[in-house]
Amino acid sequence: MQKGEDNARYGLLIDYEYCTNCHTCEVACKKELGLKPGEYGIKVLEDGPRQNPSGKWEWSYLPVPTSLCNLCEKRVAEGRKPTCVHHCQSGIMYYGPVEELAKKLAEKPKMVLYSK
Amino acid sequence: MFEDFNMELYRTEARWQEGEYTVTRTSVWTAPGCHNGCGVLLYSKNGKLEKIEGDPNAPFNRGRLCLRCINMIEQVYSNDRLKWPLKRVGEKGDNKWQRITWDEAYDIIEAKYNEIKDNHGVESIATLVGTGRNSMWQPAVITRAIFGSPNLCFGFLSGDSCYQPRMTANLIKLGDCVISDCSQTHPLREKNSEWKKPEVIVVWGNNPLVSNGDGFMGHWIVDMMRLGTKLIVVDPALTWLAAKADIWLRGRPGTDAALALGFLNVIINEDLYDHDFVENWTYGFEDLVERVKEYPPEKVADITWIPKDQIVEAARMYAKAKPAAIQWGLAIDMQMAAMEASGAITDLMALTGNIDVPGGNIIQRYAYNRSKKYGSAIEYIPEEMLLKRIGTYESPIHESGYTPFIPPDKLLECLETGRPYPVQMLWLQGTNPIANMAGEAPRVYAAMKKVPFCVVVDLFMTPSAVAFADLVLPAAMSVERDSFRAWWTPLRSIARGAEQYEQSKSDEEIVLDLGKRIRPDRFDKYKDVNEYLTQLLKEDGGVDYDFDTLVERVNDFWDWDYTYQKHEKGLLRSDGQPGFVTPTGLYEFTSPLFDVWGFDMLPKHIEPVEGPYTTPELMREFPLILTTGNRLWGCFHSEHRQLPTMREIHPDPMMDINPQTAKELGINEGDWVWLENRRGRCKQKARFNIGLDPKVVRGEHGWWFPEKEGAEPTLYGVFDSNINNLTTMGVHGPTHYGAPYKSTVCKVYKVTPENDRVSPTEIVTRMGGFSYAKR
Ligand code: SF4
Ligand code: SF4
Ligand code: SF4
Repeated sequence: MQKGEDNARYGLLIDYEYCTNCHTCEVACKKELGLKPGEYGIKVLEDGPRQNPSGKWEWSYLPVPTSLCNLCEKRVAEGRKPTCVHHCQSGIMYYGPVEELAKKLAEKPKMVLYSK
Repeated sequence: MFEDFNMELYRTEARWQEGEYTVTRTSVWTAPGCHNGCGVLLYSKNGKLEKIEGDPNAPFNRGRLCLRCINMIEQVYSNDRLKWPLKRVGEKGDNKWQRITWDEAYDIIEAKYNEIKDNHGVESIATLVGTGRNSMWQPAVITRAIFGSPNLCFGFLSGDSCYQPRMTANLIKLGDCVISDCSQTHPLREKNSEWKKPEVIVVWGNNPLVSNGDGFMGHWIVDMMRLGTKLIVVDPALTWLAAKADIWLRGRPGTDAALALGFLNVIINEDLYDHDFVENWTYGFEDLVERVKEYPPEKVADITWIPKDQIVEAARMYAKAKPAAIQWGLAIDMQMAAMEASGAITDLMALTGNIDVPGGNIIQRYAYNRSKKYGSAIEYIPEEMLLKRIGTYESPIHESGYTPFIPPDKLLECLETGRPYPVQMLWLQGTNPIANMAGEAPRVYAAMKKVPFCVVVDLFMTPSAVAFADLVLPAAMSVERDSFRAWWTPLRSIARGAEQYEQSKSDEEIVLDLGKRIRPDRFDKYKDVNEYLTQLLKEDGGVDYDFDTLVERVNDFWDWDYTYQKHEKGLLRSDGQPGFVTPTGLYEFTSPLFDVWGFDMLPKHIEPVEGPYTTPELMREFPLILTTGNRLWGCFHSEHRQLPTMREIHPDPMMDINPQTAKELGINEGDWVWLENRRGRCKQKARFNIGLDPKVVRGEHGWWFPEKEGAEPTLYGVFDSNINNLTTMGVHGPTHYGAPYKSTVCKVYKVTPENDRVSPTEIVTRMGGFSYAKR
């Protein structure tokens, strides 16, 4: 978990198939970074709801880290997970070196990998 | 996903020092308002809470938190919090207060109590409480053990329509309550070798991701989905869960009993039921078989507006899945047929053999039986005093004690008429009825104004406090309290991790302070809250350790709660015999008790009192069905409106409308609109919702505006957007349970400068209410 000595690039992997728009990551991030109303380190975007030709509903949320995201460098230095990863109510956020996360990315559909 | 926390940092003791921080590992329950009690780590410095994190070692939430607890610091140190006891100066509604000490406040209460006792009788003190938070047993003890009054009431929640119908249906049919099993009862969670994943979960009448109702953490559903559980969702609106479900049943609000009867019909006629369970463990099956013949899927489709094929398909999918769980919620309680729907849905669980099996609907008692919630201290009320309960004799379910409350609809009548006796004093603890629970809120406002003396215990100044209170007492928040939680399982400590804000006191301290003053014979034996809590933990065969030990343990899972098939093992009945705690010892499809009380013994459909089939003429003027009460992520009922981070997410009250309906009415997304019916109107902002039936609209509840003037006539704008201007009081199901909060009618039209000259709050506070109501 602790950021290694290596120069590997770190990032966030999000299994957005199960993102519920619970706002936990947004608020946790605001508190960690001391952001004011209107400012975000991560923002959840919405697609849908919309009905596909099959009748199935399409409704996805996609959390997007902003340029204010510093991958919780202070927490990570203390040996903690980023606060969004720690608290995500669906448990769908992962932090680590992008190379490792990329392997995980291959495990299932509907995931996104953000590098920082 | 939950395994790789840094266990050097996330320790399993209850308290430790981490650099400059004292870390307290415990759980939280009230405030903030919530039905859950998530495990937290409180990081404080010099008695001040500086940081909060979810406790990865709490099996309940495994590190996760929702936005409200993450925002804890903003709430605890909000400058708007009540800081010290306040005494009214000026008229009620003027919002003028004088700071007093706790001793002065207690002097006033004690003098008032004595005066009422001598001149009117203690029964003329009535208490109002709110929904299931850690402010249930405390007002119950104050009312019954300290004041000696039998009149505890769910804060004007018409028809007791929150969990009382569902719990009562469970208790009558099987003697205990059942919840859906997502492995939460065992410390090892999914790794418990006896546990099985529900193959199907029916999410019925709730959006648990947002509501977290009844102690069920909504995101456990997501955990189950990730393990492969399939969903059936019953909801008039498209929710995210509905969009992900294999089958979404978009029912007409208020028709859940019919839908459940349709399910029962399919499952019985297609022989999909659990013969073993039905033959060995149930009573009255033949009667049920007869009744469901009246509900063939075609007829149910007509009643519910759900296509017949979907009803059949969903019934089959639920019945064939082994195991399957029904995660039910508040919407079932908020209709005329609340008891009927609750009974029929419980029957579904039994018929399919899903009662108390792993991954089904499991029988739960409060951990180590340590919680009596609203029923606390009833033993202090002598028989002759019980007979003085307001309105109770009119409702057999209330009279026989299935609910500890007096009927709220009857309390309202009592305030209005002074019969059977005038209420002299109201005690409100953790409830803000005119902003939230009360149906027909303007009527309740007028009635509550008549009560001479009123005390409010709360966190913030509220519209109810301004309008009615003579005294306002500041309550402490969860992180400032010593308490415990035994709602379901585990038994959890609630340990103080920060000093109390200004002069706030915990609900427990208030109980003890008042108890020592008014009933020293009952309360002097406890030196302090710690001793009192120890007594509550130990009494009547509880745990064999004290409160400090619970604080050390943090969580204690009761093995009884995670034992399956308890009816087979003789674990339910006091005689130790197999079976359920019912007169027949069996699961009762027909309830002989219902017969005794003069109710229909079997479930049936009851039409909403206002709607296309009951009041077609009314529909010409009010053509839309109105459903209310969908939850907000950041605001628990009427709470949280003064917190900037929560208001950023929920700036305005929103109503949902199908875009096609909106277009016909000339409404654009984001327009302010009036929702109006015979009883009154309120304004909310339109939000398009393509999942909603074009004939149904949905309005949010609990809205008031702390940013507005508190004094009347503005009164924080409490009636401006109040959906309860449109709901009812005194309209309930035959059992006195269930009110149509979620199934009434309205019309919707744009707010214009011309039609918005006088605010609804001014109409209510200054002009005697809406003219419809006066007619
Ligand atoms: S990693 Fe930290 S800074 Fe980045 S989005 Fe998550 S909470 Fe915000
Ligand atoms: S915390 Fe997780 S589930 Fe919630 S909005 Fe963020 S990514 Fe989605
Ligand atoms: S569900 Fe949210 S408000 Fe409730 S205890 Fe858990 S984190 Fe706190």
